[in-house]
Amino acid sequence: MRTLEQTTDEILTLAATHFKVSRAELTPDDDFFKKLGIDSLQALDLLSRLENHFGVELPDYEIQGVTDFRTLASRIQSRL
Amino acid sequence: MTNFKGKALSWALDDDVLELKLHRAPANEIGSAMLEELERFAAALEAASNQASALIVYSSLKSGFSAGADLRELYTRSQETALGARVAGVRDFLERIHRVLNTLDASPLTTIAAVHGVCFGGGFELALACDLIIADKMARFCFPELRLGLIPGFGGIPRLKRDLGNGVVRDLLLTGRSINATKAQAVGLVSQLAAEGEALRLARSTAAQVRKFDRATSAAAKRFIKPVPHEELRREIEIFCTLFTRPAVMEGLRKFVESTDALPYLP
Repeated sequence: MRTLEQTTDEILTLAATHFKVSRAELTPDDDFFKKLGIDSLQALDLLSRLENHFGVELPDYEIQGVTDFRTLASRIQSRL
Repeated sequence: MTNFKGKALSWALDDDVLELKLHRAPANEIGSAMLEELERFAAALEAASNQASALIVYSSLKSGFSAGADLRELYTRSQETALGARVAGVRDFLERIHRVLNTLDASPLTTIAAVHGVCFGGGFELALACDLIIADKMARFCFPELRLGLIPGFGGIPRLKRDLGNGVVRDLLLTGRSINATKAQAVGLVSQLAAEGEALRLARSTAAQVRKFDRATSAAAKRFIKPVPHEELRREIEIFCTLFTRPAVMEGLRKFVESTDALPYLP
């Protein structure tokens, strides 16, 4: 079972890799829309990648209003 | 016409496989421009039924298959017209798109939607009219219409209900949530899951397989297992038009069009 810290770290690594941002520049409290420079369609792409990576379903309404990696990780963690 | 290049879509017949490519930026929204060309395609599809065995529908846009109806056009046009004319205009649009999708649904060709990225609302309904959905693993499917105070209007509910269990239909419809391709395959919506960027290649491989079969036999099998739910489709138009008269719908459309939300496509 992953810890919340591990889940957060995996999200940051996945986001950095896919959106071509330096992993060292990302922190759990970052606003991922701003930090990754993504729009709504790219956010859906990120959602799919996270679901595929963690093998979970994450309904859109559970992440509506979520903008930081840490909260996103906690939403995923509750479904692992 | 076996080849066509339009503003919203293009098609070409090659070796008895017809390919319909959607390419209206930003996300293949289905408005009047797309509808006009879809109507031309529907006529060409009927004419090509003796020459082609399979049809592939796909998008060449990075954003995905289609984000659905053109809500900005719908809102703008609605603002310019009185309620009676507004409903009449919507009904006319629905009747026309239903004719197109019914033609696609009942085509004797084996039809394949090669889906990637967003496949929402009207785009999802276009894919549902096809016989097979082959999805990139990053594809997402969604019926977000309830957030606007509407139901899907391009035949979505009857066709989804034809293909899937009612529990899944209610989940998608009543929560408005999107599901990924893996989930869509698990519930029976998607027939094949493709690696990222491979949906069209898999669709072409599948088309190459189905074209080996006798056309009349494939068409007979399709007529037997995939009846067009005409009665429910008619009811859907009536319910949509009734709901469309309410002020809540205009308010929902306004919010969507004017939204600065980072996730306007999410319900």
